[in-house]
Amino acid sequence: MPQMNMVQAINDALRLEMRRDSRVVILGEDVGKVGGVFRVTQGLFDEFGDDRVIDTPLSEGGIIGAAIGMALYGLVPIPEIQFSDFIFPAYDQIVSELAKYRYRSGGEYPAKIVIRTPVGGGIRGGHYHSQSPESLFIHVAGLKVVCPSNPSDAKGLLLASIRDPDPVLFFEPKRIYRAAKGEVDEGDYTVPIGKAAIAREGRDVTIVAWGAMLYECLEAANQAAAQGVDAEVLDLRTLWPLDIDAIVASVKKTGRVVVVHEAPKTCGLGGEIVALINEKAFLHLEAPPARVTGFDTPFPYTLENEYLPLAHRILPTLLETARY
Amino acid sequence: MSIATDPNAPGPHAITASTTASERTAPSAARNSHDTEAADVVKVLRTDGRLDRTTDPRIPHSDVLRLYKAMLRVRSLDERMTTLQRQGRIGFHLGSLGEEAAILGSAYAMRDQDWIFPGYRELGAALLRGMPIQRYVDNMLGNANDPARGRRRPDSYGWKAGRVNPISAASGAQITQAVGFAWAARMKRDDLAVLAYFGDGATSSNEFHNGLNFAGVFKAPVVFLCRNNGWATSTPTERQTGSATFAEKGIAYGIPSVRVDGNDLLAVIKVTQDAVERAARGEGATLIEAMTYRMGAPNSDDPRAPLAEEGLDAWRALDPIKRVRRHIERIQPWTDAHDKAIEVELAADLAAAFDLAENTPEPSLDSMFEDVFATPPWHLVEQREALKSVPRAGKH
Repeated sequence: MPQMNMVQAINDALRLEMRRDSRVVILGEDVGKVGGVFRVTQGLFDEFGDDRVIDTPLSEGGIIGAAIGMALYGLVPIPEIQFSDFIFPAYDQIVSELAKYRYRSGGEYPAKIVIRTPVGGGIRGGHYHSQSPESLFIHVAGLKVVCPSNPSDAKGLLLASIRDPDPVLFFEPKRIYRAAKGEVDEGDYTVPIGKAAIAREGRDVTIVAWGAMLYECLEAANQAAAQGVDAEVLDLRTLWPLDIDAIVASVKKTGRVVVVHEAPKTCGLGGEIVALINEKAFLHLEAPPARVTGFDTPFPYTLENEYLPLAHRILPTLLETARY
Repeated sequence: MSIATDPNAPGPHAITASTTASERTAPSAARNSHDTEAADVVKVLRTDGRLDRTTDPRIPHSDVLRLYKAMLRVRSLDERMTTLQRQGRIGFHLGSLGEEAAILGSAYAMRDQDWIFPGYRELGAALLRGMPIQRYVDNMLGNANDPARGRRRPDSYGWKAGRVNPISAASGAQITQAVGFAWAARMKRDDLAVLAYFGDGATSSNEFHNGLNFAGVFKAPVVFLCRNNGWATSTPTERQTGSATFAEKGIAYGIPSVRVDGNDLLAVIKVTQDAVERAARGEGATLIEAMTYRMGAPNSDDPRAPLAEEGLDAWRALDPIKRVRRHIERIQPWTDAHDKAIEVELAADLAAAFDLAENTPEPSLDSMFEDVFATPPWHLVEQREALKSVPRAGKH
């Protein structure tokens, strides 16, 4: 199997699906001729033409609104929002329309699109090129949110997202677009939405994470192991609907849990995960569930590595929870 | 068009080196009932019922009669809905009193394969496309037979068999979606146009901007029908825009536009047909400003704003239904008794629909958790079971 980075894996998924299904259409800013500012759609314009890989005006609201219309017509649109920080002009179309189309029409008019967008910090992007807005979408009924941590999952999850009947926000952790490498099957395969993966088996404490921070958790787990703490690392892969069974099974095994995410602490997905663990596995807990997250500040530029929940900041909480 | 008066101004549109912004008389979208007399406004049917031969789209008389009956039916329905709301038998209703020609004329002019993306005031279009009254009333009451399964407030219908997209609530959201839909059809070389309705208020929305901008760039086959009815709830048109007209906004997007007497059924048909033909030829979108007037309240909740009474008498003289009737009377006998028969038939249809709808149960509890996703995930199954395990709310 060939080695690919995440950009190549996503590109591979898009190419495969566009060949397989003539209804698939890609649209967004700079996705066509230039192949995307991160080159994720590179080569697709040349192969499929400007009828299927479309450079749009600078208008996130227009991109998503038009994509919804295309979906209603019967196409399978995969709009790209260049940075998730710029998704907000499209927020009304996403939460008022896309999320509710099936429900409000009694199932007669499902509006299915996959919105691809880079998320997360680590590229010295500052306030407006580093955000992780998953909570703002999970909190709206009707949207699925997916965030792969590695190239193989990225390809499989994207194919699954495109073929899923519901609207999906496909978050691509830009920090590891090129850094994450691995073997990727060249064929057609999917990774199921709603299923987490155990990235590292362990007995003493569970870490729940996703995206770029998964690698920081693995690093922290390695360092913890040197101190006699054996951490299990759970890669959520789908942020919503999340794999509650996997989380509960792991917490029942270890009795201790740390959730790690880049997004700000308050009303972050970590809070929801902790609440669910309390509801379903309270009697199995040996320590209060903990969170290591971004702060309730806009994402900083110079102090980015203080803001991000990197391994050096995860480790103390991990050890504390393990030793509680 | 009327121009906001300023006693200090040198004259309409005059801008001199020394003119300050406050002294300049700006063009204004302020409305009065004579606006339709402007030279650029397309007209066919005179108020006495005679036709202008040069603009007459030569609609078969049988179709004109059918449209007249449809206009009368929807007006009659609006009047009954208003009564029913006062009686507390329905929760809410959005009427289209005074705008029947703008809505029915444009809907008629579309072809069978074309889609309609309504705003929220175009019930007449859905009915013309065959939406059954029963379906409308079930949606009104939100019962178990409601296609929207009791999830929406009244007047939130769609009619897939008639190619009518379901109504949203966010003003203008349908515009951008209509563009995407039409654009997709064009991409697939499908001979299809889309009629996108909205009011003067929605032209201020970012959706109007986004939608028309995309339509202009990609030559989407859309007929943008702006019902300029003078008001957005209590906001008059001169407070809605600094442009002199709504039609001229098309210039910014490279979209040709036309103003039409919105109370002139035949003129509305004509300009819409022209727009459909342009779209079918691959020439893209058209912006139609249908100049009409909201004769009723914005909706059944709002008390009649005193402002809306201004100019109402003058607009009553331009009533779209009376104008078509005068035209019909020039061709065949037509009396109040004929009108009454239509109203009586509508009343009977409505009564039958209400009878059935009011005796239909509420939607099931289970249904509240369906259609959020194609299949309810674990969290919705849990929430549903948790709700079912506690006492029910009383009837509201």
